[in-house]
Amino acid sequence: MLSNLGNLFITLTLLSSFLLIYYSAVGLKKNGSLIPEKIFRISKTQCLFTILSFFILLVAYIFSDFSLINVYENSHTTKPLLYKISGVWGNHEGSLLLWIVILVIFSLLFLNLNKLADKKFRLFTLIFQNILISGFLIFLITNSNPFSKLYPVPNEGMGLNPILQDPALAIHPPLLYLGFVGSSIYFSAALASLITKYNGSNFAKTIKFWVLTSWFFQTIGILAGSIWAYYELGWGGYWFWDPVENSSLMPWFLMTALIHSILILEKKNDIYLWVIILSILTFTMSVTGTFLVRSGILNSVHTFANDPSRGLYILIFLSIMIFSSLYIFYKYAPSKKSNFQFLSKEFFILINNWFMIFFLIVVLIGTLYPIVLEVISEQKISVGPPYYVIVMAPFLIPFLYFVSRGPQAQWFSAQSNNKKKNFLVLFFSVVIILVFFYFTKVKDVLINLILIFSIYLILQTILDFFRNIKKNYFNLSRIISHLAFGFLIFFISINSIFSTEYDLNLKNGEKIKLDNYEIELKDLNILNEKNYKKIVGNVIIRDQKKDTFEFLEPEIRVYNMPETVTYEASIKSNLFFDTYVTMSNLSGSEFYNLKFQRKPFMILIWLSIIFIGVGGFLRLLPMRQKK
Amino acid sequence: MKKIIFTIISISLFLFFIILFDSLKINRVYNTEELVGKPIPSINLEYLNEDKYFNTSDLSKNQFTLINFFSSWCGPCRKEHKYLISLSEKNLKIVGINFKDKKQNANQFLNDLGNPYYLTLEDNTGKKSVDFGVYGIPETILINKNLLIIKKYIGPIDKKDMNEILRSSGIK
Repeated sequence: MLSNLGNLFITLTLLSSFLLIYYSAVGLKKNGSLIPEKIFRISKTQCLFTILSFFILLVAYIFSDFSLINVYENSHTTKPLLYKISGVWGNHEGSLLLWIVILVIFSLLFLNLNKLADKKFRLFTLIFQNILISGFLIFLITNSNPFSKLYPVPNEGMGLNPILQDPALAIHPPLLYLGFVGSSIYFSAALASLITKYNGSNFAKTIKFWVLTSWFFQTIGILAGSIWAYYELGWGGYWFWDPVENSSLMPWFLMTALIHSILILEKKNDIYLWVIILSILTFTMSVTGTFLVRSGILNSVHTFANDPSRGLYILIFLSIMIFSSLYIFYKYAPSKKSNFQFLSKEFFILINNWFMIFFLIVVLIGTLYPIVLEVISEQKISVGPPYYVIVMAPFLIPFLYFVSRGPQAQWFSAQSNNKKKNFLVLFFSVVIILVFFYFTKVKDVLINLILIFSIYLILQTILDFFRNIKKNYFNLSRIISHLAFGFLIFFISINSIFSTEYDLNLKNGEKIKLDNYEIELKDLNILNEKNYKKIVGNVIIRDQKKDTFEFLEPEIRVYNMPETVTYEASIKSNLFFDTYVTMSNLSGSEFYNLKFQRKPFMILIWLSIIFIGVGGFLRLLPMRQKK
Repeated sequence: MKKIIFTIISISLFLFFIILFDSLKINRVYNTEELVGKPIPSINLEYLNEDKYFNTSDLSKNQFTLINFFSSWCGPCRKEHKYLISLSEKNLKIVGINFKDKKQNANQFLNDLGNPYYLTLEDNTGKKSVDFGVYGIPETILINKNLLIIKKYIGPIDKKDMNEILRSSGIK
C-alpha cells in the first residue's frame, strides 16, 4: 500500500518535471514578460508530490512497515523514535529522496522569489533545474527505489547501524544536503545566465541569497559531522581528512570563494565569467562528492554500500553535466577583459579566491590520488593528515594576512592610509606571541607564525569594527565571520600543540600514575537499555598538581539489532579544556584499554565555526546595512 | 586560442572520467576464496607449550593437513570442535593455531573439549594468521602435501563440511 503510493508520487513528480521543461520551453517562445500561471501551478504541485512521497517513507519508518525493503534493511521496532525518523536519510535510497525533495523545493522557491528577474533567465533556470531533478528521479526509480517491496513481510527489521544513532548525525545529512543541493540553483542559474546573456550584476543579486544559504548550511552541516566524529568515533579528533569529509569541504571552499567574488560582480559588474565558473564548479563538486560517497570506491565511515551500478549512473550523469556545461560555456561565454587596480578591494577578494582554489586543489589531489594510483598501478595507498597539514599550513600565513588587509581596502582604488597602523598591529601580535613563547617554549616556527597572523587578523578585525562605528556603516556579517575565522585558526593551532594523549591498560579497580595524573578504573556497571546493553566504566582522574578530581564514564555499548559494539567517549568539557576518555575491552583478558586525552579549546573551536556561520546568516536577514 | 584551451580541458576531463569508470570495476570486498589453489606461506610459529618453532613447510611430510585457527574466547570454535575431534579420530592430521589467546586459557579449552591437534602452535598477536589470509576465527584450511590450499572454510565447520573434508583428503 505505502509502496504503491510512494511510487505513484515519485512518478508524478517526474511527470511534473517533464511538463515543466516542456512548458518552460514553450514559454520561451512566447512574447510578453510574464511567466505563464500554468508553470507556477505545476511547480507547486510537483513540490506537493515529492513532499508527500517523502512523508510516506517517513510514515513507513515510524510505523516500521517492513514490507518496504528499505525500511526492513535500515530500521527496527525497538529503535527510539528520533532514530526511526533519521533512519529515513541514514541510507542511500532515503537520502537520495531527501536530496530530490530539496532540489524540488528550491526550484519552486527560486521561481517564486525572483519575480523581478528576467523571464527568459528564470525559465532557462527552471529548465536546467528540472533536468537535474529528472536525472536524479530516474536514478531513484530505476536503481535506488526506497519504495521497493519485500514479500513475505518480515516481522522485524535489520536495524540502523548504531554508530549512526546519534543526535548530531541525525541532523548532519539534511544540513549538508541543503548546502550541496542549494548549489544546484546557482549551477542552473549560471547556465541560464550564459545562454540568455543576462546582466552580470543582476545575476549576482539573484544568486547571492542562494550562495549564502547553501554556504551557511554547508558550514553547520560540516560542523555537525565533525562534532559527531569527535564524540562517536573515539579517536579524539575532529577532522580526519577522510576522503568523504573532504568531499563536503571541497564545495565549501568554492562557496566561500563565491560569497566573496559575487560582491565584485554585484558592485562592479566585473569578473562575470569567473563567478559563472565558480557557480558551475560548486555543484559539480557536490555531485562528484556524491559519486565518491555512493559508489563505494572509497573506504570510509560514510560509504553506504558497495554497489558499482550506482556509481556508474552518477558518473554518467556527472559527465553529461560537466561536458554540457563546458559546451554551453564555450558557446555562450562573452569575452570581456577585466581591469583591476592593484591593492584595491577587488584585488584582495580575488586573492581570497585564489587561496580557496589552491586549498581546493590540494584537497582534491589528496582525495583522488589514491583512486587514480590504484587504477594505474594497482597500488593501494591512503593520503593522511600530514600531507594536508604540510601543504596547506604554510599558506595559512599569507592567507591570514590578506584576510586582515582586504576589508580595509577601498573599492576601485588602491588608496591606503593605514600603513603605520598595520605595522603597529603586526608589532603587537608579535609581542603577544613572544610573551606566549616565553611561557610555553613552543619551538615550531610555522605554528608561531600562524599564531602571530591569526592574532593579527583578530586585532585588525576588531579595529575594523571600530572604524565601522565611526563611519556608522556596519558590515557585522563580515566582522563576525572574519573574527571567528581568526579565532578558529588560533584555537586549532593551540589545540594541535597542547593536546596530550595517554594510552593505558587497566584492570577493574586498578589505578596508575602518569605525569601529573592518577587514573583509576574504579568499577564497572552493566546496564540494559532499550536496544543495547552497556558496560559503563567509572573512571576517576586526579590532577595531582592542582589536586582536583574528575569523574568520567566511558561506555562500551553492545547493540542487539544489528549486533554491533560501539565505544562511547566520556567527555568533560569546560571552556578551556576537554577531558576525554574512551574505553574498550581487550579480548581474552581482564584488562580494559583506556585512552585518556586532554584537549584545549574544543568548545571554542566549535563556537568559532558556529560564529563563522552566524556571520553568513546575518547577511541573509532582510536588515540592510546603513549607508 | 579559446578552442585549444577547451579541447585540452575536454580531453583531460575525458581521460579523468575513464579512470573513474575503471575504478568502479575494482573489487573492494576482501575475499580470501581466491587463495584456494595457492600455496600456504612459509612461516615460523611457536609451539603452544614449548619454546620451539615449527616451520609450516614441514607440513609437506603429511599427505593432507587440516589447519584450524581457534581461540578459547571464540564461541563458534566450541561449536565446531566436535567435528575436529571426529576428523582426528579418522586419522586426519590437524594443526591448531591458537589465535590471540592466553596459553593458560587455550590449554584449559583443550582439556575441557578434547585435543584434536597433533600440533598446537600459537599466534598470540594474530599477525601471522593474517599471512594465511585469515581475518576472523574460526577458519579452517585443508592443504595437500605440496602445501597447496584445497579447501577453505570461513566460520565454524559443520557436518557437511566435515564430510567434504574427509572426501577431499581421500579418507572417505
